[in-house]
Amino acid sequence: MVSRVSGATNLGRNGLHDWVIQRFSAIVLAVYTLGLLGWFSVNPDFSYGAWRGLFDATWMKIATLAAIISLCAHAWIGMWTIATDYLTPLALGKAATFVRLLFQAGCVVLVFTYLVWGVQILWGL
Amino acid sequence: MNWLPVKDDNRPVNLDLTKFHFPLPAITSILHRISGVLIFFGTAVLMWLLAESLTSEEGFQRVGEWLQSPIVKLIVWGILSGLLYHLIAGLRHLLMDAGIGETLEGGRRGAMLIIVFSVISILIAGVWVW
Repeated sequence: MVSRVSGATNLGRNGLHDWVIQRFSAIVLAVYTLGLLGWFSVNPDFSYGAWRGLFDATWMKIATLAAIISLCAHAWIGMWTIATDYLTPLALGKAATFVRLLFQAGCVVLVFTYLVWGVQILWGL
Repeated sequence: MNWLPVKDDNRPVNLDLTKFHFPLPAITSILHRISGVLIFFGTAVLMWLLAESLTSEEGFQRVGEWLQSPIVKLIVWGILSGLLYHLIAGLRHLLMDAGIGETLEGGRRGAMLIIVFSVISILIAGVWVW
């Protein structure tokens, strides 16, 4: 019963699919993070104009949206992994599945919030 | 989940994590998970700062003022630390996926390198925030 329910809440079709999504999104997030840190290091005391200009550029909007979507997939899989590892009947008894689904539902709400909020920030809606 | 105890199975189960001895690779692994949870929630703070800083010149100045406060500095440094650690441990994961450092010795050396690189980068991040 437990394995069927935990298998129903993962992001991909199966473990291998999750594994591939996790790696692909990790690379996108790593490149984006290093790029942004690089920008900060070459522009130490940046002005509003420079900051605004960076996020007004279409390529930066594309990169940021790609990073946010990657974050959503990456966090979904990561939180699923942690939830199914620690929120188990062994740790929590009979309430485990309910607690885990509640936690996962909370994570999905946060993931969706980040996605919508991110689009709002980028396009100033 | 065939490791779960089933009825009529009397084998003892010992998953009392507080009594385990954790070698360094186990510690770097659990820190990878903890830092992942931290930055998942920390993203809310970073996105809030981003949103405010992009609203207007005034919003940008406001974020600059917030970042003068020691508490905000500490929070941002904490999130950055989690991010840097997760990034470094994650890059090492990708190396291991490529077959690099998969032996027992390689695992220990890799864990040591994660600690070294992340301590250095977290200290640099601290200097940058302050």
